[in-house]
Amino acid sequence: MTRVLVVGAGHAGATLAGLLRQAGHRGPVELFGDEVDLPYHRPPLSKKFAEGDLEQWLRPAEFYREQDITVRLGEHVVGIDRDGRRVRTGSGDFHSYDHLVLATGAEPRALPVPGAELSGVVSLRTLSDARILRKCVEERRALVIVGGGYIGLEVAAVARSCGVAVTVVEREERVLGRVASARLSEILAAHHREQGTHILNGAEVTRIDGADGRVRAVVLEDGTQIPCEAVLIGVGAVPRDRLAVDAGLVCAQGIVVDEHARTSDPRILAIGDVTRRPLGTGALVRLESIPSATEQAKQAVATITGAAPVAAEVPWFWSDQFDLKLKIAGLVPPTPHTVVRGDPAAGRFALFHHHGGTITAVESANSPAEFMAGKKFIASRTRIDPARLADSSVPLRDAVVH
Amino acid sequence: MPKVTYELPDGASHALDVPSGQSVMDGSVRNNLPGIVAECGGSCSCATCHVFVEEGASCFDEPTDEERDLLEYAEGVRPNSRLSCQLILTEDCQGVRVTVPDTNG
Ligand SMILES: Cc1cc2nc3c(=O)[nH]c(=O)nc-3n(C[C@H](O)[C@H](O)[C@H](O)COP(=O)(O)OP(=O)(O)OC[C@H]3O[C@@H](n4cnc5c(N)ncnc54)[C@H](O)[C@@H]3O)c2cc1C
Ligand code: FES
Repeated sequence: MTRVLVVGAGHAGATLAGLLRQAGHRGPVELFGDEVDLPYHRPPLSKKFAEGDLEQWLRPAEFYREQDITVRLGEHVVGIDRDGRRVRTGSGDFHSYDHLVLATGAEPRALPVPGAELSGVVSLRTLSDARILRKCVEERRALVIVGGGYIGLEVAAVARSCGVAVTVVEREERVLGRVASARLSEILAAHHREQGTHILNGAEVTRIDGADGRVRAVVLEDGTQIPCEAVLIGVGAVPRDRLAVDAGLVCAQGIVVDEHARTSDPRILAIGDVTRRPLGTGALVRLESIPSATEQAKQAVATITGAAPVAAEVPWFWSDQFDLKLKIAGLVPPTPHTVVRGDPAAGRFALFHHHGGTITAVESANSPAEFMAGKKFIASRTRIDPARLADSSVPLRDAVVH
Repeated sequence: MPKVTYELPDGASHALDVPSGQSVMDGSVRNNLPGIVAECGGSCSCATCHVFVEEGASCFDEPTDEERDLLEYAEGVRPNSRLSCQLILTEDCQGVRVTVPDTNG
């Protein structure tokens, strides 16, 4: 019976294990995770860390027992023996596989400045990180967030809502520089400022000062000191592809896979944040999102069970900031033609980016219908009329050119 | 305990006990039924938990505007479409029957 071994008990790995059983795979399924907790949802870590239950398990503990999925928590896989088709764990044990799935995710990028090791300086990826951040907010410690990406802005929103003084330091000229259109960046930055968040653009952190081992101020290149008692480093994530690199698999800042989740070794698949994959645009892309992890888990299951390949999906993700529920689909092109539908000032809008008459991406806030329609338009390459799309009184269906 | 019958795309039917306070989505995920993907974990963001409520619709609250909007352009919607993460079971829910479409991504 085919033995499937999964390294990484995160969203991609746990989803894959469940889907394998759904697809009728009867052989052993083993899931290795170096965290001590059962697989959990990460999105709440930056959105709901201040209150309520942080521990939102993907599946209850009984699930794994009933589905006959062996979960080995607190076990770090340290090496792959490709010829012997087995992996080695930190405790020195070997485990053999017929198919190995690498789902090792990503980890926060470190900020290479003096003082980054001070107490009170945190990054956010895991449940234990979120618990530390919760404490900072509970104690109303003035917070500096280094990096204006989605995680930084989500944390800024929660912390501001709790009455914490928040400064966001962003090296680029705008927040979300790499991932959002200029228009969305502008709208979101304005929204955050209205809520009292200080946003500094074009500002580079050179060091973090402390006293008695605790953080006291963030110091910028121009000498500005921002006094604070907590610092969140939110400068992006790097793929955890060490195992794959060491095993000689083709990697390029992420494990390179095809649209069937296959790596350069036919016995090894990779899924989730750790991968770089083709999306029909020519370039290989690394996506960090739940829908992407789910899609690749399905690809891997099809590959392992020999089922028909799964259809390509439109990449998308969501983010909650204050009262804005953002949903973004497609890949935002560098210089998009943009149609604004709705009212950004009222916090209900959708930015449709188009090229040659078809929608390439949609960035929406509090507009689920626009998001769902936009995602559909992208998938089906529907031709739209920009003028009608911009007019909220025209139903979305009637913006389609037949 | 509330009972929910899930009619799956492949024609199989599963009648499951789902504790009250949990959602129709929770019951499916818990038992690893195919079709309800539930990417957002039940936060009414993803619409990958779309179902058709065939029986027992009256034991649930009316959909919020947000749910309605998400469903408007979901694949294959019908008048009885709901997001199963928003269907919270109570002790009154005895004869709930839902069909799980094969279009949840
Ligand atoms: C704070 C936060 C908020 C987010 N919000 C959203 C959102 O709103 N929407 C969205 O779509 N996405 C969001 N994401 C992204 C989403 O969580 C990831 O895309 C998703 O978790 C990727 O799944 P994964 O399995 O690839 O990686 P992970 O979930 O990170 O899982 C990888 C696991 O593998 C373990 N591991 C790594 N190496 C080894 C090893 N050698 N041995 C054993 N175990 C190992 C890691 O410890 C980890 O537990 C968010 C992420 C974070 C951190
Ligand atoms: S689980 Fe995402 S909307 Fe229901």
